[in-house]
Amino acid sequence: MLRKFYYGDYGESKNGAADISTSGEQKKEWPLWEVFIRSRQGLDHKHAGSLHAADARMAVENARDVYTRRMEGVSIWVVESKYIHASNPDEAAEFYDPANDKAYRHPTFYDLPDELKHM
Amino acid sequence: MLSPKIKYLLYLADNALILGHRNSEWCGHGPILEQDIAVTNISLDLVGQARNFYQYAASEIGNNTTEDSLAYLRDVREFKNCLITELPNGDWGQTILRQFFFSTYQYFLYTALKDCNDEQLAAIAEKSLKEVTYHVRWSSEWVIRLGDGTAESHQRMLTALDNLWNYTGEMLIPSAYEKEINEALAIKGADSLAEKWNRKIKEVLEEATLPVPQSAWSQQGGKEGMHTEHLGYILAEMQFLQRAYPGVEW
Repeated sequence: MLRKFYYGDYGESKNGAADISTSGEQKKEWPLWEVFIRSRQGLDHKHAGSLHAADARMAVENARDVYTRRMEGVSIWVVESKYIHASNPDEAAEFYDPANDKAYRHPTFYDLPDELKHM
Repeated sequence: MLSPKIKYLLYLADNALILGHRNSEWCGHGPILEQDIAVTNISLDLVGQARNFYQYAASEIGNNTTEDSLAYLRDVREFKNCLITELPNGDWGQTILRQFFFSTYQYFLYTALKDCNDEQLAAIAEKSLKEVTYHVRWSSEWVIRLGDGTAESHQRMLTALDNLWNYTGEMLIPSAYEKEINEALAIKGADSLAEKWNRKIKEVLEEATLPVPQSAWSQQGGKEGMHTEHLGYILAEMQFLQRAYPGVEW
């Protein structure tokens, strides 16, 4: 049976590059890591992209070299891609569509006093 | 006849330019994309440092000298870089070991220079020190990874150590113009460079399970313009365009 993989979902049974070392083959690929960068003005870390690295320390340094060359960031998080689990695109309908007709969840029906700013 | 200060500035600039050029040869050939970018980032840092030193030297020399004429129109015998910077890259292990040796030297040198009594030189050193601090971190980690890695990587590091060690002493043996500048600019700590360098190298090599070579003999000459045959090839490639089409721009 064919097993599907989704972006970022390396699954428990297939640990990305990590399982190559146990399969008897020579380990050629470093594991994949996802990089999150917080910019100077930003309050939160945003996904910047991914890269390969042998361990967390190397991943942070690689992220520094690959993703902060143009002063993009002041803080870096990395996480091995295999630890990120993604929702399944095949289930998009039942996951997301039910929210479509629930406009009342947006607070758009309130009359705001004029004095209230930044809403 | 160049003054000791100009010679000294050219020495700092040539080291950075030639090592930067060597590292740039990895562009597109790095062992993995991320490290290709890392080593070429270091190239750019070094070439940037070279520019700052050349600009300063050019302003001291006068006579329409520019950073470009210093980089592109001097011949081998006028270059003052240490021999270790011009050696071929070898494999990745040899490249990073050289970077570690040289960045460690630059780290302690710039640390001393940032407090010297020449304002402009101190400012360039202080700016460059941030870059070099990262180069030391990056290269020392690689030395440890490869030295304490697989049997093959360990063996390659031993070979690299063997190839490079006799070129390390030159950095630490001051030339006549360095001695004069150390005195004239009140560069504190210049006389303890060798001690600091040796301590740091020993610490990292030990962690990398690599032996600290005991040989004290060293190749020398670069600081006075006596180079290996490799520098001529570097300059031929680097200077070709300006030599063939003087003043060309894009």
